[in-house]
Amino acid sequence: MEEAIRLTYEISPDDFTRAGEASSDVKKKLKQMGVGPEAVRKVAIAMYEGEINMVIHAKGGEIRVDITPEKILMVLDDTGPGIPNVEQAMQAGFSTAPDEVRSLGFGAGMGLPNMKKYTDSMEIDTRIGVGTKITMVVNI
Amino acid sequence: MTVQELWDSGLLKQVNEGDDMDREITKLFCCDLLSIAMSKAPSGCAWVTVMGNMNTLAVASLADAACVIMAEDAHLDPTALNKAKMQGITVMETALPIFDAALLIHKRLSPSESLL
Repeated sequence: MEEAIRLTYEISPDDFTRAGEASSDVKKKLKQMGVGPEAVRKVAIAMYEGEINMVIHAKGGEIRVDITPEKILMVLDDTGPGIPNVEQAMQAGFSTAPDEVRSLGFGAGMGLPNMKKYTDSMEIDTRIGVGTKITMVVNI
Repeated sequence: MTVQELWDSGLLKQVNEGDDMDREITKLFCCDLLSIAMSKAPSGCAWVTVMGNMNTLAVASLADAACVIMAEDAHLDPTALNKAKMQGITVMETALPIFDAALLIHKRLSPSESLL
């Protein structure tokens, strides 16, 4: 792997049948590129949590993934409602997911904490009524 | 114990034979909340759950589980079963409760090891 590679995915809102497809594709491509299993697992978990959040809360959006020999950069961009209180949202167990989402096994309030836990850096840029941009890096 | 050995053990009903049957099972893992399973399921685990929707398969694949065990007579819904086939994920079933199913497999996995 010598050159940077960019992957882009459109995430559909409210479509749980397709949730995880982008993360699965990234995982598959990283394995094909020979990226180590621990980095692949970290990217897969962090990106899947972000993808699910976009499906549940944000009316979908776009995920861009840049892969270089040193790191994997993930940018999750949505035009959803924004996060009113980021500090609260980062607390494990805090969730605003509706009941139908909880019945699918989500909504445990672990999304953002998992994303932080499994990445080497994470930044959240959110504006109410405008959207949220989450930038995550996993070092290789 | 490999996935193939568990598949052939007669302990569980065979539902979908996956692509990586020679994989070694590292641990048993029990959880029905997908967000927790996503972060806590050990790589190579046999994941015992009653949650049979297609997101279970996505989590199993992304968290790198070796196989999925549906307990309590729970079944994958048709969409999830199709996804298991497409993604080559091994799935087995049992009527046993989650704890009993995990304990049964654990005894085969680590016959000399106590749970405590």
